[in-house]
Amino acid sequence: MLFSALVGRLYYLQITEADRYTMLAEDNRISLRLLPPPRGRIVDRHGVPIALNQPNYRAVLVSELTPDLGATLSSLENVLPISERERRRILREIRRKRSFVPVTIKENLDWDDVARIEVNAPSLPGVSIEVGQSRYYPFAEAAGHVLGYVAAVSEEEQGADPLLKLPEFRIGKNGVEKTYDLALRGKAGSSHIEVDALGRVIRELERNEGQSGQELVLTIDSGLQDYIVHRLEGLSASAVVMDTLSGEVLALVSTPGFDPNAFNKGLSEETWRNLVSNSRSPLVNKSISGQYAPGSTFKMMVALAALEGGIITPDQRFLCEGYVELGDSWFHCWKEKGHGSVDMVSALQQSCDVYFYEVARRTGIDRISEMARRFGMGTKLGIDIPSERDGLIPTRDWKLAVIGSSWQLGETLLAGIGQGYVLSTPLQLAVMTARLVNGGVAVEPHVTHDLVEGESALRRPDPAFPDLGISSASLAVVKKGMDAVANTPQGTAFRARINEKGKEMGGKTGTAQVRRISKWERESGVLKNRQRPWEERDHALFVGYAPYQNPRFVVSVVVEHGGGGSKVAAPLGRDILLETQRRIGGEGQTAVAGDEPARRDG
Amino acid sequence: MAVRRSDPSEMRLSEKFWQVSWSMILLLCLVAAVGLAMLYSAANGSWEPWATRHVIRFAVGMVILLSVAVVDIRFWLRYAYVFYFVSLFLLAAVEIMGITGMGAQRWLDLGLFQLQPSEIMKVTLVLALARYFHSIDLEDVGKITYLIVPLALILAPAGLVLRQPDLGTAILLLFGGGALFLLAGVRLWKLAFLFFGALAVIPVAWQFLHGYQKKRILVFLDPESDPLDAGYHIMQSKIALGSGGIFGKGFLQGSQSHLNFLPEKHTDFIFTMLAEEFGLVGGLGLIGLYLLLVVYGFAIALQSRSHFGRLAALGLTTTFFLYFFINIAMVAGLIPVVGVPLPLVSYGGTAMLTLMFSFGIIMGVYVHRDQRIGRRWASQVE
Repeated sequence: MLFSALVGRLYYLQITEADRYTMLAEDNRISLRLLPPPRGRIVDRHGVPIALNQPNYRAVLVSELTPDLGATLSSLENVLPISERERRRILREIRRKRSFVPVTIKENLDWDDVARIEVNAPSLPGVSIEVGQSRYYPFAEAAGHVLGYVAAVSEEEQGADPLLKLPEFRIGKNGVEKTYDLALRGKAGSSHIEVDALGRVIRELERNEGQSGQELVLTIDSGLQDYIVHRLEGLSASAVVMDTLSGEVLALVSTPGFDPNAFNKGLSEETWRNLVSNSRSPLVNKSISGQYAPGSTFKMMVALAALEGGIITPDQRFLCEGYVELGDSWFHCWKEKGHGSVDMVSALQQSCDVYFYEVARRTGIDRISEMARRFGMGTKLGIDIPSERDGLIPTRDWKLAVIGSSWQLGETLLAGIGQGYVLSTPLQLAVMTARLVNGGVAVEPHVTHDLVEGESALRRPDPAFPDLGISSASLAVVKKGMDAVANTPQGTAFRARINEKGKEMGGKTGTAQVRRISKWERESGVLKNRQRPWEERDHALFVGYAPYQNPRFVVSVVVEHGGGGSKVAAPLGRDILLETQRRIGGEGQTAVAGDEPARRDG
Repeated sequence: MAVRRSDPSEMRLSEKFWQVSWSMILLLCLVAAVGLAMLYSAANGSWEPWATRHVIRFAVGMVILLSVAVVDIRFWLRYAYVFYFVSLFLLAAVEIMGITGMGAQRWLDLGLFQLQPSEIMKVTLVLALARYFHSIDLEDVGKITYLIVPLALILAPAGLVLRQPDLGTAILLLFGGGALFLLAGVRLWKLAFLFFGALAVIPVAWQFLHGYQKKRILVFLDPESDPLDAGYHIMQSKIALGSGGIFGKGFLQGSQSHLNFLPEKHTDFIFTMLAEEFGLVGGLGLIGLYLLLVVYGFAIALQSRSHFGRLAALGLTTTFFLYFFINIAMVAGLIPVVGVPLPLVSYGGTAMLTLMFSFGIIMGVYVHRDQRIGRRWASQVE
C-alpha cells in the first residue's frame, strides 16, 4: 500500500505532470538575452557615411577571477587613471553584484588604453576588454541638426519593446535619427544561454543574430553641408539649399551647431549648461524652427497676389518719394530720398518699399496671405525632421481671433514689405523661392533619398507635385525682377552677383527689423547696424536660385542680427549657390530629380 | 546453499560462510552501485569528492556485514540491552559534547572518525525490543503493563534525538519501534490508541521543535508560499523529478542537478537526481531493488526458528523500508522534508556502516535460522 503511494506519486510527477515540470526546468536552465542589432548607417547622397557605428571599448572586471581585488585595482591605476569617485563606484558595484557579473571600470577607452591594458594583462587578473557599438558622426557639428543624435532611452520612452530596457541601447532623439528611428533600429537578435542556480552563464545554446537596421540614404551633400557650416562660422545663421523640382534638400545648416557625438556618451552637466544657456541657441535647428520676419523676400508674394488678382499691371508705375503717409503715420522707404518712378520689375530689383506699400494697400491682406500660403508659408511643410515650425501668415480673421482686435490698414502696408506679423522659417523661404522659379509647382522638401534593406531599396516615389495654378506670365514678371536683383547694376545683390558663365543667380535680398524705429530716432538719424547692440541689429536675409536661365537650385540664408541683406546675406547666398553648382553641376538634371541612383558615386 | 545442516551453534566458520545469502549481497551491491553512479554524477562526472569514498565505505561495510553475519545470534541477544544503553549513553554524550553540523548536534568526534550515535541507535533499539518481546510470554504481550518497558525503550532515545534536533531519525525510531510492537503481536487497536494519544501530544511537541523544523512543516503544507527560501527545495525537487519524464535526461545530463538548482543532491535529494537523469524507469528500478531487499528480509524473518531472530530481522527490515520510503516520499513532496538519507545511495559514513551492520544482523538471522533459543535463555546465561 505504501509502495503504491510512492509509485503513484512518481507516475503523477513524471508522466502526468511531466510537461509542466519540463517547462519549469527549462525556465530554470535557459535564460534569454537580447542582442541589440547594429543601428543602420546613414549616408549622404553620394554614399558618404555620415552616421555609423564604431567599436566602443570598455574595461570590465569580474571579481571572482581576481584573487586580490585591491592589488588588481591599484595595478590597474598605473595604466588607467581612475578617480577616487570612480573607485568607490567600482567597489560598490562589486559588492552589490554577484561575483561573476562583469563590472564596468571605464567606458569609451581609446586605443592606447586598450593596448596598455592588454600588455599588462598578467598583472590584471579578472580585467578584460569588452567591445560594444556606439554611434559615431564623422562630420560632428556640421550635420548635427539634420541627423539629430542618439541617447539612452528615457523613462517615458520605455514601451513594450524589451530592447529598450537594455542599458546600452540608444534611440534617436532628434533629426532623421528620430524620424526614421524604427527603420534604423533593426530587429533584435537573441541568445539562449544556460545558467546555473546563481545565474552564472554556463554556455550559449542558440544564437540568433537579429537584423541590423536599414541604411538611410539622405539627399544631403555632406561636402556642401560642411562648406556652408564653415562659411557661416561665427554667425548665428541658417541656410537651406534645395533642388527646385524634386524638393531634395541638399544642405540644411544652422549655426552654431552641436556635436551629436557628445550625446551618446552622456553629456557632462557643464556642456549641457553651455548648450542651453547660449544666446545663439546651438540646440535649435534655426533652418526649420527659426521664425523670422521675411522682410523684402516677401515682396514676391505681394506682387503675385496683385498680378493674379488683377489689381495692377506689371507696367503700372508708382512714385516713390521715400515715404508715404497714412493717417498720421509715416511709412518710410529704406532709401530715404526715394526711388522715383518704379514699375514692378524695378521695384523688385531695387526693393522699393513705397511701391509695395501701395500695391499691398490696393491688394489687401487676405489676397496676399492667400498667395503666401499657396507658396508654402504659414504652415509646416512636412519635412522629415522633427521640430519644424509653422511661421505665421496673418489674415483679418486670424487677428480678430488671436489678437482680439480688427485689422488695421497700416498692418497691411507693413505686411507688404514682410514686416509686422508675418513670420517664416528659412525652409519656407527656400520652398517659396523654388515654387516661384520652377514654374509654379508645389514642390515639397525632404532630406531622405531612400531606405536600404539588404539589396532592396525603399525608394521614395517620384515626386508628382501639383501645379499651383499661377499664370506663367505673372511668374515670369516676378522672376524677371529677381533676375535683375543680382544681374543689373541697380539690383540690391548686384555686388554679390555670380560672374561665372552659366552659373549666374537670381534672388532677393531682405532686411528684417527686429524692433520698430521710433519717430524720434528717425529724426535724430538712424543708427547704423554696427552701432547697435547685437540683439537689436536687423536680420539679414537672402533667397536665391541658379542658374537663373533654368534654375536647378534654390538657397535661403538668414543671418540673425547680421545687418543688411544685400551686404551680409547675399554674398553668403552667392557662395553657397556657386559651391552647389560646382559640386553637383556634373550630375544630370534627372539624377537630382531622383530617377537614377545618385548615391554611391563612381 | 540448502544442504542439510547440523546444529547452527556447532557450525564452523567456513560452514557459516556457505550459509550466507549471496543473492542478497548481490542486491546490496547493485544498490550501492546506483549510489556510486549518482555520486559520480553529482560531482559533475568526477570520482572526487564523493564516489571514491562511497566505494571504500561500502567495502568496509561489507566486511562488517559478513563479520556480523557469522556471529552467533545469541551473542546479540545476550548483549542487546548493553548495546542499547551504550548507544543511549552516546546519544546523551552528543547532547553535552557533540559537534554541531547543519544546524543540529548529531556528531561525536572520536578522534579517528566522527560518530553519529543516532544512527547506531536505530539498530540497537530494534535489538533491545526484539530481546524484550523474545523474553516475555505471548499471553503477556496482550497486557498493557507489559508495554510500559518497551515504550520507554523507544521514547528515551527518540526524545534525545528530537532534542538534537533530528526529526527524521526520531520518526524512524518511533515508527520502527512501533512496527516491532505490531510484529510482536501487540493489537493494532492499542497502537492506534497510542498513535492518537501521540497526536494529542503534537501541540505540546510543537513547542519543542526548532524554528527551521516548524518552517519545514509549514512550507511542506504550502510550498508555493515561500518559493525562494524553504519551499525552494521542494519546488526544485519536484521540477527535477517531473522534468525527468519516463526515461530521464540521461546520465550526467540532469540540468536541475548539474546547474545546482537542486539542493543537497549528494545526500537527501539524491533520489531526485536519479529520477531526473534516468526518469520514471530509473526511479522504479531502484525502488524495485529496495523492494526485493525488503522481501528477502521478511522471508528471512519467517524462516527463523527463534523469536528473537524473527523480530530482529523484521524490525531491521522495517526500519530499512521506512528509511527509503520516507526519503523518496519526502523528495517527491508527499511528506515534509525531515532529513532522512536514501539508504546505501546517499553519501554518508555512519548511515552506510549502520545499514551494513543491520544487514549483517539480518544475514546472521538467516545463517542461524535453525537456531532455537529458549525464552529464558538470555537471563539464564546471565
